[in-house]
Amino acid sequence: MANTVKEPIAPPVSGPIGQVIVWVDARFPLMSLWKGHLAEYYAPKNFNFWYYFGSLAMLVLVMQIVTGIFLTMNYKPDAKYAFASVEYIMRDVHWGWLIRYMHSTGASMFFLVVYLHMMRGLMYGSDRKPRELIWIFGCLIYLTLMAEAFFGYLLPWGQMSYWGAQVIINLFAAVPFIGEDLAVWIRGDYNIGDATLNRFFAFHVIALPLVLLGLVAAHIMALHEVGSNNPDGVDIKKHIDPKTGTPKDGIPFHPYYTVKDVVGVVVFLALFSAIVFFAPEMGGYFLEKPNFVQADPLQTPAHIAPVWYFTPFYAMLRAVPSFFGSAFWGVAVMGAATLILFALPWLDRGKVRSIRYRGPIYKWFLGAFVVSFIILGYLGVVPTTVWGQIPNALPIIGGVDTATVVSRILTAVYFAFFLLMPWYTKIDKELPEPERVTY
Amino acid sequence: MSAIVLNEIDPKKRRALVIGGCAVGGVAVAATAVPFVGSMFPSERAKAAGAAVEWPIDKLEPGQLVTVEYRGAPHWIIRRTPEMVAQLAKNDALLADPASDGSKQPASAKNPNRSIKPEIFVVKGVCTHLGCSPTYRKELAPADLGADWPGGFFCPCHQSKFDMAGRVFKGMPAPKNLEITAYRFEGDNVVVIDADSKGA
Amino acid sequence: MKTTMFRAALATLTATLAIAAAPVFAAGKVNVHLDDPHINLKDQASLQRGARNFVANCLNCHNAQFMRWGHLTQIGLTEDQIKASLMPNPDGKMSDYMTTTLDAKDAKAWFGGVPPDLTLVSRSRGSDWLYTFLRSFYVDPNSPTGWNNEVFPNVGMPHVLHDLQGSQVKAVVGEKEAHGKKEALTKLVVERQGTMSQIEYDNYVRDLVNYMTFMGEPARVKRTQLGVIVLLFLTFAFFAALIVKREYWKDVK
Repeated sequence: MANTVKEPIAPPVSGPIGQVIVWVDARFPLMSLWKGHLAEYYAPKNFNFWYYFGSLAMLVLVMQIVTGIFLTMNYKPDAKYAFASVEYIMRDVHWGWLIRYMHSTGASMFFLVVYLHMMRGLMYGSDRKPRELIWIFGCLIYLTLMAEAFFGYLLPWGQMSYWGAQVIINLFAAVPFIGEDLAVWIRGDYNIGDATLNRFFAFHVIALPLVLLGLVAAHIMALHEVGSNNPDGVDIKKHIDPKTGTPKDGIPFHPYYTVKDVVGVVVFLALFSAIVFFAPEMGGYFLEKPNFVQADPLQTPAHIAPVWYFTPFYAMLRAVPSFFGSAFWGVAVMGAATLILFALPWLDRGKVRSIRYRGPIYKWFLGAFVVSFIILGYLGVVPTTVWGQIPNALPIIGGVDTATVVSRILTAVYFAFFLLMPWYTKIDKELPEPERVTY
Repeated sequence: MSAIVLNEIDPKKRRALVIGGCAVGGVAVAATAVPFVGSMFPSERAKAAGAAVEWPIDKLEPGQLVTVEYRGAPHWIIRRTPEMVAQLAKNDALLADPASDGSKQPASAKNPNRSIKPEIFVVKGVCTHLGCSPTYRKELAPADLGADWPGGFFCPCHQSKFDMAGRVFKGMPAPKNLEITAYRFEGDNVVVIDADSKGA
Repeated sequence: MKTTMFRAALATLTATLAIAAAPVFAAGKVNVHLDDPHINLKDQASLQRGARNFVANCLNCHNAQFMRWGHLTQIGLTEDQIKASLMPNPDGKMSDYMTTTLDAKDAKAWFGGVPPDLTLVSRSRGSDWLYTFLRSFYVDPNSPTGWNNEVFPNVGMPHVLHDLQGSQVKAVVGEKEAHGKKEALTKLVVERQGTMSQIEYDNYVRDLVNYMTFMGEPARVKRTQLGVIVLLFLTFAFFAALIVKREYWKDVK
């Protein structure tokens, strides 16, 4: 690149601004970035509702970074002052309450958007060849996001922060042989304390955001290398208009999808604002009630549950009984539930990508997967006793909490979706894909 | 055939819509910036902690200086001797801004003595050059400051000199006279330093 | 096809929200009906009465250590009023926090524990809970303090307001069926009237809880007011964005 002569590209506007662009473009690939990623990035014209969540995830990421920077200006990562500094932000810093609620709501909305974005991938086969790397970067973003949320949740230093971190760190203690030492190493103390808070702060505000930004860049670069999938799952590059050299079913991302995404952004912001301004606690889901009590290492709240976005995995953890005196199995299952996502592009043997042309088996499996994920999510927030017990009189399963049994079944469904996929996608009766996208 | 057909476009209408859309977006961005910019101003707690400072001056000896902390900065209260006050009128030739026209003080202290009462001098003890706190040098003509030193303040950082009314000498690094924060008297013997009172 | 997908998405969202609407922390709580105090954070007279009630009764033992006296100007009190009629220490400043004079060590010795901070109790417990709690003390000879509470069994705090409310006892008024067993149906009845009638006492507690709700989140009134403006603006912005989108998408064939 560096040795070839760069063809000057005409700026989009004339006059002095255009001249500035020409000046910059001679020294920086401004116009080629603009064209490659926006003005001449050809996206399929048939994007639907599900295609808003990528840009919305970007929006929430930016919002979390900006609100996070401003929170950092007044937050104190010290076990003695952390809780009070959050209340100081809520009461004394001008607009501090708004910035804090934006950040706390943003955390939950980030997961909501990312879950819907991943759902889109499952529905339209966006992980399939040649987009495996996009999917893998996406999975890494999801894992990083979970770590980011986990570290961030300790910072307000409320009861839920403290005991939630306590439970999660003790998961690592279940790792055979090195577990105990590992947990102490993570905490930096024999119990969660100032040292833990300080390192979590470092991870939350600098380390993981950097990783996240890098992964997001890789995710988008990989996407723009191979081009976007679409609800029909057909390749728009197969039909190139000989006159223009661009895909016949493709439209430039800018202006068409920028103006469309803005509509999605406004709708999203309306929902977001409705929560921030009228229900920032979201009934105890976004801000949990016990977290309004300062962390007390001597007293566990009556019922602890992780924040809603972790609860499907938490329910799996609780559903797995311990074998051979080790609690590691639950941890292993929980870990496997997230890691198995990475294998998805290779598990799928279907010939078509989109659910529109998939056979009934995939649809049923996907439906069962989504339903079990949502119900597991619900069961992860409530105590295992929520649905009572199966009477002792019943053979084998008698005398256990109904919710635990249901969780086990649903965990099996979750894994079956992935593990049986090579088989059921192969035998499924798929419909013929169209040549061109439907619009 | 491509997916984009540009034939029935009204460029004027489109341009107007884009400008309108950008305007709405601009309003949104500006409105969003308000809380973020606002959050960087002193908080309610800082404002409450920066409330007026009251200081009794009945025990202050002639020539004595007390340093009072107000909003994190040193403020001096000095009971000037009659000789010191008399000396002030003779300093004009040495000074860069003898009438304090280009300096900051409340209207009630914009006079040759730069004070509400001639003998009680209240001033923010921060050099107008780069924010060091000058030292109080009330003695006349000491060896290090020269024979014509009329008593005043000397900044150790960059050698700026000020007279007993905080007025800066000519040719000094400091551009302006020492700033006077608004204050008032409560009775005869209490000084209240309160920047929000406008020196009423 | 488009609409099917949209409907599927909507159905998923609705299902998620329906689950979200279920109460989260129902567990570990005593099953007592909580009365609604009808919080009104714009009723400044009530908030001011509540602040007085709070300082007079709660602040003797409990802290509100994240709340500054100066914040009380938000409920229509002047700094002079706060100093004259509320602050226990006349030399205190508006930047001081509302802390109790009770020493934590003494509290441990006398009550067996430090009374919890009350700044955020309306958020951790809820206003309904507070309102019901403060009206549900009853005489219990088996308790160390002589008092017990319907919504907080074996609570460490005695009934501080009993001079006002009088004393209640738990009386058996019938039987009910629960889990196939017969249980006594009980009700709190006033045994000895205090200096207030029941309605006066309810109002007194309501003012107090109203104030404590304000204290839990002083920005709440501002928050909802601003929210209306923001949502109105976004509604307008939605139509603006939609018009621009439709104009451009005319090109897409």
